[in-house]
Amino acid sequence: MNKVIYMDNAATTATRPEVLEAMLPYFGQTFGNPSSIHGVGREARKAVEAARKQVADAIGAEAREVYFSAGGSESDNWAIRLGCAAMSKKGKHIITSAIEHHAILHTCEAMEKEGYRVTYLPVDEFGLVSVADVENAICDDTALITIMAANNEIGTLQPIKEIAEIAKAHGVLFHTDAVQAIGAIPVDVKEWGVDMLSMSGHKFHGPKGIGALYVRKGIRMSNLIHGGAQERGFRAGTENLPAIVGIGKAIELAVAELPEYTEKMTALRDRLIDGLTERIPEIRLNGHRTKRLPANVNISIRYLEGESILMRLDLAGIEASSGSACTSGSLDPSHVLLAIGLPHEIAHGSLRLSLGMENTEEEVETVLNELPKIVENLRAMSPLTPAYLR
Amino acid sequence: MYSEKVMDHFANPRNVGEIEGASGSGTVGNAKCGDIMKMDIQVENGIIVDVKFKTFGCAAAVATSSMATEMVKGKTIEEALALTNKAVAEALDGLPPVKMHCSLLAEEAIHAAIEDYQKKHPQG
Repeated sequence: MNKVIYMDNAATTATRPEVLEAMLPYFGQTFGNPSSIHGVGREARKAVEAARKQVADAIGAEAREVYFSAGGSESDNWAIRLGCAAMSKKGKHIITSAIEHHAILHTCEAMEKEGYRVTYLPVDEFGLVSVADVENAICDDTALITIMAANNEIGTLQPIKEIAEIAKAHGVLFHTDAVQAIGAIPVDVKEWGVDMLSMSGHKFHGPKGIGALYVRKGIRMSNLIHGGAQERGFRAGTENLPAIVGIGKAIELAVAELPEYTEKMTALRDRLIDGLTERIPEIRLNGHRTKRLPANVNISIRYLEGESILMRLDLAGIEASSGSACTSGSLDPSHVLLAIGLPHEIAHGSLRLSLGMENTEEEVETVLNELPKIVENLRAMSPLTPAYLR
Repeated sequence: MYSEKVMDHFANPRNVGEIEGASGSGTVGNAKCGDIMKMDIQVENGIIVDVKFKTFGCAAAVATSSMATEMVKGKTIEEALALTNKAVAEALDGLPPVKMHCSLLAEEAIHAAIEDYQKKHPQG
């Protein structure tokens, strides 16, 4: 078989060789505990703080505002907990959106069990949160607003700066889950005006198991893990030294490469969207045509079920993802696709292709040739396919 | 996660299609839940001489449909009615636990087609 075409970069990315190379000395050579007094410990501490600076620089923050975590989900959990704790005097109301990642939604549900009230804002047909809806949802007791910067499934970019302004005007903390945004669009915490921001290393060619949380200075921090003095005492436990070095290097490279990334991804994305729309009847693009991540394509293919499409693509050497129930482990298709108003049967037939810098124009052409054949074949087998498509 | 047999029946499904003027046909499932199976059977002298299916669903749904058609083809109505979802799953060398409901659909589709046949051809 030919080389596998990987178009699932929103799920995870390959660790870049430069990143791996930067990490390797911190396993066997400069392996010290950053809390140790001796030479190898001091070297390790230096590496951790250099990586913190790299992360901070990449998002326009100060190094002291960056806390390392084990990933995006941990950062999201931490942000909601610490944001609510910091605002405990104001009240017990959280505002979020219906299309957040489960790391946000399930944490909000947990907060509801602890006596918080949560408003889940709807989105429009493109997956956009309305700024007016955010403002209208704010009450006297609203403690925290958490809205993602970019959606992981349909790629929709939210008006983060506008939401941040409203949050600030009402004295409410604002957190954004920027897991899909970092390395994909320009992110500047000061320009956006966000109070907290989550990221995950493996989404931008860093290693897995490492993330970071930006917390604007002045916000009262609270502990995620009790123990030693790591992460200024708020997240105890010996630092994941190689991974921290890795996320630092990865974010530095990703931000430096952003103009080139944006240009290449946008071109490949648009070629895929246009080509698939031309070649396959009765498909729809999910998400917004322009307010979307440069590397995200999400389509619904009518009369088909997503897992079947994925498995056929996999047999053809193309790796992608779907929001169908069969891939989510539940009976319902993706909450994001339902939130943008898709009927269940259309949501079941969704396909996400998320591009990366390794993808080529040739690979896009291969997908444009293979997918219509797969769709035709599966549609011939589907009892839902109308006669005129057979 | 899928056995080789499931992958084989998914990639090369047997008996796909429809039978014009079928002796009986049945549709089960719900598009809302992500799977629908339609079975057509042709019955001659109490024997299922031909069977075709169409399925909207995941790889397991397609594979169980395909396997179920193979298992009832050439069988008597009574034998076909005795087909269980467990037998279909076993013939595929097993299904992941979350996919067992797909094999249930295959059993139901066969039964629905036979019921339709029996309604159209009352005994006696």
